[in-house]
Amino acid sequence: MLPSYLTMAAILFCIGLYGALAKRNAIIVLLSLELMLNAVNLNLVAFSKYGVVPALTGQIFSIFTITVAAAEAAVAVAILIALFRSRGTVDVEAFDRMRR
Amino acid sequence: MFNVDITGEFIAFFAFAAIMIGGAVLMISLEKVVHMVISMAAVFLGLGGMYVLLDAEFVAFVQVLIYAGAVSILMIFGIMMTKHSGESEPVRPLHEALVAVGALSLFGLFFYAIRTTDFPDAAAAAPAEDNTMAIGELLFSGYIVPFELLSVLLTVAFIGAIALAKKEAE
Repeated sequence: MLPSYLTMAAILFCIGLYGALAKRNAIIVLLSLELMLNAVNLNLVAFSKYGVVPALTGQIFSIFTITVAAAEAAVAVAILIALFRSRGTVDVEAFDRMRR
Repeated sequence: MFNVDITGEFIAFFAFAAIMIGGAVLMISLEKVVHMVISMAAVFLGLGGMYVLLDAEFVAFVQVLIYAGAVSILMIFGIMMTKHSGESEPVRPLHEALVAVGALSLFGLFFYAIRTTDFPDAAAAAPAEDNTMAIGELLFSGYIVPFELLSVLLTVAFIGAIALAKKEAE
């Protein structure tokens, strides 16, 4: 069963990668990042059951990842709201002041 | 190619995989932002089901509570506090095609690596008697320092988020 779970995680990761790079709405870019983090979590939990040395450590790791991802989402949405107040848009193409 | 027995676990895995891939593809292709978040919630719920299949009940509940609950609602609040009028403005066909090719080739690489790796056929670990209790014991014995550091990180992050979102309002 392990290769099936790994393939599933790879599919999710690649869809998330496409969304993060191709979408222009910053909220959707954030959601795609969450999708990629979730794919990694699936790998961790799958290896904690089917790995060579099955252990609960994988689940502990995924809990830590989920916590950090939650903090990241909160800060990212706050930054997005602040950016929206100063720029009036959430289009990632508009956030290029540091390039000019 | 997929030489797996048709067991209950495989059927459940297949159902959850269909939900998740469907949700993820819908997330990419839908037009309205709120619909995208809802389809993303379907992906999170399917992932929670997959964790149950993997004998990780506690992680499954954390997934449903934090991702399907908190993160989705947070994103919906983020959408409500910003403006989304022109969704289908000038697209970037070349850019999107390049990104699609890159993501697909990355998936091809992953798929090749997974298929050619010879995973040792270890028998699935017997699930702990009480998953939550086992995780709690491990968390508060071996991983107590990272746990405390994470609580500090969460506090700092949320105070920072409040300060960031509030400052500009004055």
